[in-house]
Amino acid sequence: MSKQYETVIGLEVHVELATKTKIFCGCSTAFGGEPNTHTCPVCTGMPGSLPVLNKQVLEYAVAVGLATNCTITQYCKFDRKNYFYPDNPQNYQISQLYLPICRNGKVEIETDAGKKFVGIHEIHMEEDAGKLIHDEWDDCSLVDYNRSGVPLIEIVSEPDMRSAQEVIAYLEKLRMTIQYLGASDCKLQEGSMRADVNLSIREVGAKEFGTRTEMKNLNSFKAIARAIEGERERQIDLLESGEKVMQETRRWDDNKGESYAMRSKEDAQDYRYFPDPDLVPIVLDDAFLEEIRKKQPEFREEKMRRYKEAFDIPEYDIEIITGSKRMADLFEATVALGGQPKKVSNWLMVETLRLLKENNMDPEDIRFSPENLAKLISLTDTKAINSSVAKEVFEVMFAENVNPEKYVEEKGLKTVNDEGALRKTVEEVIANNPQSVEDYRNGKEKAIGFLVGQTMKAMKGKADPGMVNQLLKELL
Amino acid sequence: MNILEMTAVELAAAIKNKEVTVMEATEAVLKQIEKKEDEFHCYVTVDRQGALARAEEVQKKIDQGELSGPLAGVPVAIKDNMCTEGMLTTCSSRILGNFVPTFSSEAVLNLQNAGAVILGKTNMDEFAMGSTTETSAFGVTRNPWNSEHVPGGSSGGSAAAVAAQECFYALGSDTGGSIRQPASFCGVVGLKPTYGRVSRYGLIAYGSSLDQIGPLCKDVTDCAAIMEVIASHDKKDSTSVEQQDTDFTTALVEDVKGMRIGIPRDYFGEGLDPEVKSAVLKAAEVLKEKGALVEEFDLSLVEYAIPAYYTIAAAEASSNLERFDGIKYGYRTEEYEGLHNMYKKSRSEGFGAEVKRRIMLGSFVLSSGYYDAYYLKALRVKALIKKAFDQAFEKYDVILGPVAPTTAPKLGESLSDPIKMYLGDIYTISVNLAGLPGLSVPCGLDQKGLPIGMQLIGDCFQEKKLIQTAYTYEKARGAFVRKEEQNV
Amino acid sequence: MANIISDETIEYVGILAKLELSPEEKEQAKKDMGSMLDYIDKLGELDTEGVEPMSHAFPVKNVFREDVVTNQDMREEILKNAPGEKDGMFVVPRTFE
Repeated sequence: MSKQYETVIGLEVHVELATKTKIFCGCSTAFGGEPNTHTCPVCTGMPGSLPVLNKQVLEYAVAVGLATNCTITQYCKFDRKNYFYPDNPQNYQISQLYLPICRNGKVEIETDAGKKFVGIHEIHMEEDAGKLIHDEWDDCSLVDYNRSGVPLIEIVSEPDMRSAQEVIAYLEKLRMTIQYLGASDCKLQEGSMRADVNLSIREVGAKEFGTRTEMKNLNSFKAIARAIEGERERQIDLLESGEKVMQETRRWDDNKGESYAMRSKEDAQDYRYFPDPDLVPIVLDDAFLEEIRKKQPEFREEKMRRYKEAFDIPEYDIEIITGSKRMADLFEATVALGGQPKKVSNWLMVETLRLLKENNMDPEDIRFSPENLAKLISLTDTKAINSSVAKEVFEVMFAENVNPEKYVEEKGLKTVNDEGALRKTVEEVIANNPQSVEDYRNGKEKAIGFLVGQTMKAMKGKADPGMVNQLLKELL
Repeated sequence: MNILEMTAVELAAAIKNKEVTVMEATEAVLKQIEKKEDEFHCYVTVDRQGALARAEEVQKKIDQGELSGPLAGVPVAIKDNMCTEGMLTTCSSRILGNFVPTFSSEAVLNLQNAGAVILGKTNMDEFAMGSTTETSAFGVTRNPWNSEHVPGGSSGGSAAAVAAQECFYALGSDTGGSIRQPASFCGVVGLKPTYGRVSRYGLIAYGSSLDQIGPLCKDVTDCAAIMEVIASHDKKDSTSVEQQDTDFTTALVEDVKGMRIGIPRDYFGEGLDPEVKSAVLKAAEVLKEKGALVEEFDLSLVEYAIPAYYTIAAAEASSNLERFDGIKYGYRTEEYEGLHNMYKKSRSEGFGAEVKRRIMLGSFVLSSGYYDAYYLKALRVKALIKKAFDQAFEKYDVILGPVAPTTAPKLGESLSDPIKMYLGDIYTISVNLAGLPGLSVPCGLDQKGLPIGMQLIGDCFQEKKLIQTAYTYEKARGAFVRKEEQNV
Repeated sequence: MANIISDETIEYVGILAKLELSPEEKEQAKKDMGSMLDYIDKLGELDTEGVEPMSHAFPVKNVFREDVVTNQDMREEILKNAPGEKDGMFVVPRTFE
């Protein structure tokens, strides 16, 4: 029987902050611009250019620090991290080593194994690098500095996690917290949240940590889980065969399900950090911290507790709705506009989730407004439209945020409440479907369903099915 | 009066009074450049056409009353480490040999707004690393007082251009004495302002925490007028400060009664040329006669300034100069195998020996295991030096001493022994470490007829005290002319 | 000379600084760096116990800009000085990923 090993994991999570401009210059952080169109002398490292800190970056960083129970460093500085690489235009990255903005935090996570705290060693502010694109045609690489200087915070955890499940719970927790703060949208696929995994193994019961490796290029929760499993196995194999784990940075290839070392002899891994003389110290007084603290939103746990008391909706719905700040905001705003909580929740839980899934979207991408959802609910409440029309309208609203009242009006989708017109149609249906009529009269209750369907079809859906049913029964 | 002999302020007044046109002044100075450049080589780039076009434009604005300041229409030379939009900016380095900035430095913009005509870019030690202007990749500059001698450095081209009347004034930059020492060697006035006075935006950095732009000019009056134009609070430079006491010309007062002047004994010890010593002490005597309270004191720590400076400046330079990598601008080597080889070859071919020496030293002192022992130690010593000055300024308004231990050395004498060259900065360097203003004003000639400079050091933002003291001295001294002219 | 700079150190610093020195330059660099470090070692004579390292000579703090877009597209200018340009980007030797 081989030895029992424990996996020890710490995470370095990079989060792109939701500022309008870059960390040290007035360039836009918007996605999707043509290469190098969101650049200036500062973020391309032109000689003579100088950085000036975006205040919003600091406020977001402090907000995240407070939300994760960190101590805020009230005298902090930026340092230069020196290394040559083309995506880094100055060949140093402005970051924080000696006096990071936040330290000594913790967040609570919950897994099947129960609740526990994961410590946060520090959070620091830094600038993102540009993008390298490989040009097969000319066998060279091309650099686009649009992302260069986009603000990041790096959240460094303590090595407190022991399984992929805990890692994912921790990441979910961070994501939720940061999304609730509005400090980032935290999308792993798009790279606005990136996690590097530091992993080592040790025999169960051992006190010392083993040698760790750092795993990069993990852009989904699934990839993270697979990489953790893969790296654990690789390290166990090394130890079992009498070899040593090398402290190194490895790159995970999720397609192949394996990692490889990223070392080269030209990378000395000696970053020569020193305080950036172009930037001045940040001194935060208690009043500033208090101001940020006051702006902290109601986080998920509190929200869930409040929903349970205030709204008569299933616990499962509460979990899903509060699982996204966008969803929760939408829910609350729609309810505030008069939507009955149960109905609002239903629209979110059924149709919204279905369409998000079909369109491969996140709740953050929802475009329709609470006003329009409230109007749609009101249209169904007053039976102005029936439920199938409502679903149809919702789809349009989901895609284009149309005003349902106007849309229903324009398209003439209102339920026909004119009994005379409806009676005429029902009579026609009865006349045209003698077989079904006979079946019904012979006791086949189900046959009426077909007749209701035919009537609805003839009415182009704009009838109240209840009323149709009643009329049919009357005329038969 | 010969146009070329006018000071900047005199010329601007003459232009205002329609005695001289901007075009006449510009043409006269361009002609002088043509005549003298072969001998002195003050410039890397002369923008003849740009200057003439600009002269016409400025004249129009003056005529229309849009420009009326004390420097309007005066042609100026800019050290080649300040970005000038559309004009080659090389730092006298091969690695930036073809670099044309797309924006201008804030100090240059301020001058332009005041009606300056930019003549071109002056030669310098490569990336401002040197004290002789001999480390330039584009040839040495010679001292107009004696062309066998260096003009000093690193702003040697700027100082020499003023002395040779190849411009009416110039901008330089000072990281460890690079304005004051060439000013002293070339017999002109130079001021390194308080750190943060003049925006560094657009100044290609050498040692970011020490660099400061300042004027090189013909007299103290010009110095004050130029400072009023270039001093500004620039939001693009985080280290730029809110300005106070910026009415520098109000300090042009001939009065030092009660001014407390301290002479640090440490500045007059071993290594100081006796001729320099006697000239500076004589100047101090003049100020005493004018009513200043002059006394000697011990500043202390002087000999630690140079090692602290070279550690800090080299460390910052090693990082600041990383951006020169052959990718975004400047020199890229012809042939290479892969990325890192391209970096190494471009940089090794693009940088000169002195720059490489400081980059290597700077990389080393920041490297793992040495950061505390060297870099942090130097920053601690910097704190002690600052404290020593703070204590001195409790007692004195101005500290007076020599600018450099000697007058200008001969060409080729200094480069062989770097440490000996570095020792030449002993009286100027601590001023940069402490962020203080320092002014160099000519105070005599040695036997060979080479100029000697006196340095006045003030507390942070006390430039006006320096200007007042220097102005009073200058008036007492009279015109500063060559030996052969003295008896005429 | 108290500080002896080894070949390995010069090699290592060359990697950090991305400088490639000829054998003669290396010898010179070893000598220069050694003597500079000897000189810098003079700082060791000073007792700096308890002295805070001073980055800025006087206390400027909290310099910020507001989060407002001020820059327009200036790609053409940014690429103007590039030794190699293609499709609006900077050309660099192939980077290995």
